[in-house]
Amino acid sequence: MEPLNALVSVSNFMLVPALAYGSQLALGALGITLIFSILRFAHFAHGDTMAIGTAAVIGGTVFLQARGVSIDPLPTALLAVPFGILVLAAYLLATDRLVYRYYRRVKAKPMIFVMASLGVMFVTNGITRLFMGTGESRFEDGQRFIFTVREFREFTGLAEGLALRTSQALTIIVALIAMVVLFWFLNRTRAGKSMRAYSDNEDLALLSGINPERVVTITWVITAILLVLAGTLYGLDKGFRPFNYFQLLLPMFAAAILGGLGSPLGAIVGAYVVAFAEMGITFAWRRVLSYLAPEGMEPSTMMQLLPVDYKFAVTFAILVIVLLFRPTGIFKGKVI
Amino acid sequence: MSLTARDLGLFAGMFAVLAMVAMFQSPQLAVTILNMSLISAIMALGVNMQWGYAGLFNVGVMGFTAVGGLAVVLISQPPVPEAWAAGGLGILLGLMLGAATILAAVLVYKRMAPSKLRGLAIFAVLVVGWFVTSQVFAPAKQAVQAVNPASEGFLGGAGLPVILAWPVGAVFAAGVAWLVGKVSLGLRADYLAIATLGISEIVIAVLKHERWLARGVNNVTGIDRPVPRPVDLQPQPWVQSLADTLGWSLSQTASVVSGLGYAALFTLVLALLIWLAERALNSPWGRMMRAIRDNEVSARAMGKDVTRRHLMIFVLGSAVCGLAGAMMVSMDGQLTPGSYEPLRFTFLIWVMVIVGGSGNNWGSVLGAFVIWFLWVQVEPAGRWFMDLVTSGMSDTSDLRQHLLASAAYMRLLTMGVALLLMLRFAPRGLIPER
Repeated sequence: MEPLNALVSVSNFMLVPALAYGSQLALGALGITLIFSILRFAHFAHGDTMAIGTAAVIGGTVFLQARGVSIDPLPTALLAVPFGILVLAAYLLATDRLVYRYYRRVKAKPMIFVMASLGVMFVTNGITRLFMGTGESRFEDGQRFIFTVREFREFTGLAEGLALRTSQALTIIVALIAMVVLFWFLNRTRAGKSMRAYSDNEDLALLSGINPERVVTITWVITAILLVLAGTLYGLDKGFRPFNYFQLLLPMFAAAILGGLGSPLGAIVGAYVVAFAEMGITFAWRRVLSYLAPEGMEPSTMMQLLPVDYKFAVTFAILVIVLLFRPTGIFKGKVI
Repeated sequence: MSLTARDLGLFAGMFAVLAMVAMFQSPQLAVTILNMSLISAIMALGVNMQWGYAGLFNVGVMGFTAVGGLAVVLISQPPVPEAWAAGGLGILLGLMLGAATILAAVLVYKRMAPSKLRGLAIFAVLVVGWFVTSQVFAPAKQAVQAVNPASEGFLGGAGLPVILAWPVGAVFAAGVAWLVGKVSLGLRADYLAIATLGISEIVIAVLKHERWLARGVNNVTGIDRPVPRPVDLQPQPWVQSLADTLGWSLSQTASVVSGLGYAALFTLVLALLIWLAERALNSPWGRMMRAIRDNEVSARAMGKDVTRRHLMIFVLGSAVCGLAGAMMVSMDGQLTPGSYEPLRFTFLIWVMVIVGGSGNNWGSVLGAFVIWFLWVQVEPAGRWFMDLVTSGMSDTSDLRQHLLASAAYMRLLTMGVALLLMLRFAPRGLIPER
């Protein structure tokens, strides 16, 4: 029985990565929930929008690296994030003017919006691949680890080690800051309050003199900030591949629905639940359990509930359970 | 079967373009485009049933076509006796135990009163069931996959004629659709979209990783074909004389003849489906479906069971997609789970339906022909365009090389733009609903 070793092992292989992954998902799911409550449709281009924003950041990073700019030990990509946000905000506002605004004006059904976002997804996907190709690009630089497995072992004298990667720590900190700022913005500022009012009751908001176009613009800009942060952090953590970003759509939606579409707090909670469920169910528990089990009772199999390839199945199962038993989500979204 | 002169003109134009491909590019290419267009037309017909008749948004077409493709392997491949001996029973038992676990959980949920205890009981049933199932299933799976892994390593199929796989593929897809529909229909419309997106990813994941089922990413190749292969046609005297008359090479003639055989089969299926779909759409049932689509609340007030009707049409439409998936696999003669991409198999079909005219069966067929043609031809056109744009740059310029290399992605862009333009300026499509 070595509970301390078990704790360190589970932290190293599951808790820390899941916390980072959950933070990345949370930023994306917040965007989905915001668009849903202001523009009132399921934004299918979300994953690809995230990809194009990240592509801009990578472009900026390469530009800076070529000029020898660096903020070692932090990754250079952080310097390029504002540039990425500018590009993505401009892109999102352009798609809104060219595509969505018309449907808002004619008061089209939500399904038409979804369809249009499908078209935008295609175009965005094409543009991203035009610039980046389909392969993987890694753009992490600076110091890779805050502390490595060996350093941790030497420091504590335990058999198991724990490593903390810069990108993981960065993800968790940046996501926390972004969430706090977002909540402050929504609850304390005039613009944030008008957004909430608009999402709550469109007609009343119009009557009280809120300009809907301004609310929509602010929503897209916030989405751009969240998506560039999420995409950059995910890319630093796991590398950038356009198709992986497209596939993040499912966990992000699952998180938003689980938390309750339209509820920002719900999106965050949902994202962590999805991340921990995905990692926990596809994690091989053998090593951890062998520290916990009494002498001679160590498990002989991998103790893995599902192979890693089925992590989408976990997300999907969560989604199905929510849809069956509580379609409004944990925090009672406004739908149904 | 109401086609106006304009619609007929559009179809005639499309076939004229295909004839031009045969004349100026190559007859094989024209036949390949024709066959894939016919299959896409059937998929688009299935999506049109769901979206056009009933307003259901299915983003999981890829999953349903893949399930249909799986049916071809399970029906037509010869069984692998060694694999069955090694672990066939274990796998069957494992699958049954898995099903029994879920059934038991459902029973507990239905029979017990809502309480904390019920939640615990369901959890216990699932956990125990999971461990028992994996104890039986995992070793059997290992054993099957170890049998001659280079060429087999799976259970094989039933060894039946390949044409039987088509209806079976439809039934498989219908089964999956029933499960998805049961869960997500009756809720907000967006939920069906997200649920179908999820199930299609899972179907592909299962196909890729369950090697005992259909060899996973190792692909099943050399599947029986319903039409003689070009290699078998070449020695035939009538093919040789045909080649002489046309002045084509023997291999070209044989592949065109073989392709046209498929085209005939596919046209037969498509014609039957269109006939059925048109009959259904113009019957009281079709009017009811459209009434539900146009105003759910009043249809419900008239006593229609909207959720049930939605489930029905969702299952039917998905079955048609499954049929098309089975046809595609039997044409290619191989099942390659790695090649199923959502952009190609789900969203492209959607573009076909929207461009063709949602709600109109003929529209979907025309949309499928037009979009598939563009999909095939835009890539070379994109390369030519990029070549033109970058012709001022030197050959060694990095930018020029990069742009030329990425011309392939032009078609995603083009399809997206086509969808957006149609949606904005001609939302009723090429052949509107009437």
